[in-house]
Amino acid sequence: MSAATGYDVEAIRADFPILSTRVGQYPLAYLDSANTSQKPQVVIDAVADHYAHHNANVARAMHKLGLEATQAYEGGRARIARFIGAARPEEVIALSNASEGLNLCAHTLGSRLGPGDEVVISVMEHHSNLVPWQLACQRTGATLRWFDVTDEGRLDLAGAEREGLINEHTKVVSVTLASNVLGTVNPVARIAAMAHAVGAVMVVDASQAVPQMPVDVSALGADLVAFTGHKMVGPTGIGILWGRYDLLAELPPFLGGGEMIEIVKMDHSTYAEPPHRFEAGTPPIAQMVGLAAAADYLDGIGMAAIAAHERDIADYALEGLSGLKGLRILGPTEAVDRTGTISFTIDGVHPHDAMSLMDSRGVAVRGGHHCARPLHERFGIQSSLRASAYLYTTREEIDALIDAVEYARDFFTGRTMTAGAGAGRHH
Amino acid sequence: MNVEDMYQQIILDHYREKHHSGLREDYDAEVTQVNPSCGDELMLRLHLDGDVITDVSYDAVGCSISQASTSVMTDLVIGKTVEQAQQLYRGFQEMMRSHGEVKLDEETYDDAVAFEGVAQLMARVKCAMLGWSALEESMMEAEQNSDTPVSTQNSETPTAPASVGAAGKGDKA
Repeated sequence: MSAATGYDVEAIRADFPILSTRVGQYPLAYLDSANTSQKPQVVIDAVADHYAHHNANVARAMHKLGLEATQAYEGGRARIARFIGAARPEEVIALSNASEGLNLCAHTLGSRLGPGDEVVISVMEHHSNLVPWQLACQRTGATLRWFDVTDEGRLDLAGAEREGLINEHTKVVSVTLASNVLGTVNPVARIAAMAHAVGAVMVVDASQAVPQMPVDVSALGADLVAFTGHKMVGPTGIGILWGRYDLLAELPPFLGGGEMIEIVKMDHSTYAEPPHRFEAGTPPIAQMVGLAAAADYLDGIGMAAIAAHERDIADYALEGLSGLKGLRILGPTEAVDRTGTISFTIDGVHPHDAMSLMDSRGVAVRGGHHCARPLHERFGIQSSLRASAYLYTTREEIDALIDAVEYARDFFTGRTMTAGAGAGRHH
Repeated sequence: MNVEDMYQQIILDHYREKHHSGLREDYDAEVTQVNPSCGDELMLRLHLDGDVITDVSYDAVGCSISQASTSVMTDLVIGKTVEQAQQLYRGFQEMMRSHGEVKLDEETYDDAVAFEGVAQLMARVKCAMLGWSALEESMMEAEQNSDTPVSTQNSETPTAPASVGAAGKGDKA
């Protein structure tokens, strides 16, 4: 695979110090990148270098270091703008995470909502693109509606059309670009066209997409796009909200504080232009430096190449997992319009139990509802296991996953109590 | 510690065949506990005769640790007084929070000693405590429910409203 495509996964792995971790006698198989990704040395170094040599507050510090920090921060903004194809850096707002970005959307767009208005989301949303809209609807009297999913785990567009989900009452449509549970990649451009046809604003949660595939916000059809830094080999503590500039310019502030103002008097204030209007308080400066380094790193490999690698891994994992007895895959079982995130259940074994056993064999997966409880309810289950791949994932790690799943299944269903059996049937 | 050792046969046995499971009528308190990180859910009912726990009935979805721990707990506390059950709760909780330092008395705790291994795995402590936490909450609720306005007789402010929520047996399902 790597010979044909020139994708050298071993060279990439060498950039990530943590990937050489061992768990007892087993090498670590980190399959929890949809939760958070690991960091290459260049990102770790960029953050350390900032603190060691350029640290000061931004904008308000006028001395030499203050200028360096400001340049680094605003330079990072421009770098992220380029990474996602934004028309200009001022369309990029730095927040603490994607959840804050989506809360900003729900609050500022919520200020325009009232009884009779409708907000449309989907049943596959992460709680961060669900609860903020519930709260906005509770505050304003608007109605929350949602796309269902098909049994295969795709958005049920036909059902939505039948029931007139998006209609003249719709003011906001907010859906995920890629599901954090099912791996499904949604046809956002098509949904955005439906939203715009009725004059609604289109919000996209791209937390599981921007790290995994080329995303061009100017071609997506969306008006607002939120994602997070730590899932794209960047630091924790920074999330990005991109918005069409003319829309951002219309929106009221979200959080109040330093740097988001123009003039403050005791009885009222005027506010800065975007993006600073939405960046109250000291922003994530070192995190922005690290995120810019992450963007450099990912572009150095190429987002298209990363997406192709993930497709290859997803293909391999889906084939291996679907051959296992007692295993049910949630979501598309073909590596088409899906990421390398695969959730599944094992008959008779609770995900937490399986996870503990798999963890002891070095296989790090997530067990639970993955902040998507309504989606699990939709599939009639309480929780699931999730293995998620990224640019550094190897086929050997997928083999380790499959062995660990079989081991956990047999342990709890009483088929065997001995370790190490059952290997060697994979490709 | 080896994870396989944590899953002692006692735990797997209780998981496969839970004792006293199912919800029964005629209860004195009913509580729900969830573990938001994994979604485990438990509804538990406490059945009393005076001060004695005559039954603990429950409906639960969850992992083997939480299911088995709840099953073992019911074995231990049914037939005991509320005060004895509270003592058992405190001892079990102390052990679970001790990272493996505190051991349980096998005479007193019987199958519950099997959870000493779980105490060493921080991620699963909450699972083992779920049923016990529900028990504790149900005992507190039962106490509140039985705290009838009788106590206001000695109150210096006789106009104070009597405590609300006092409920009779099984009338709030």
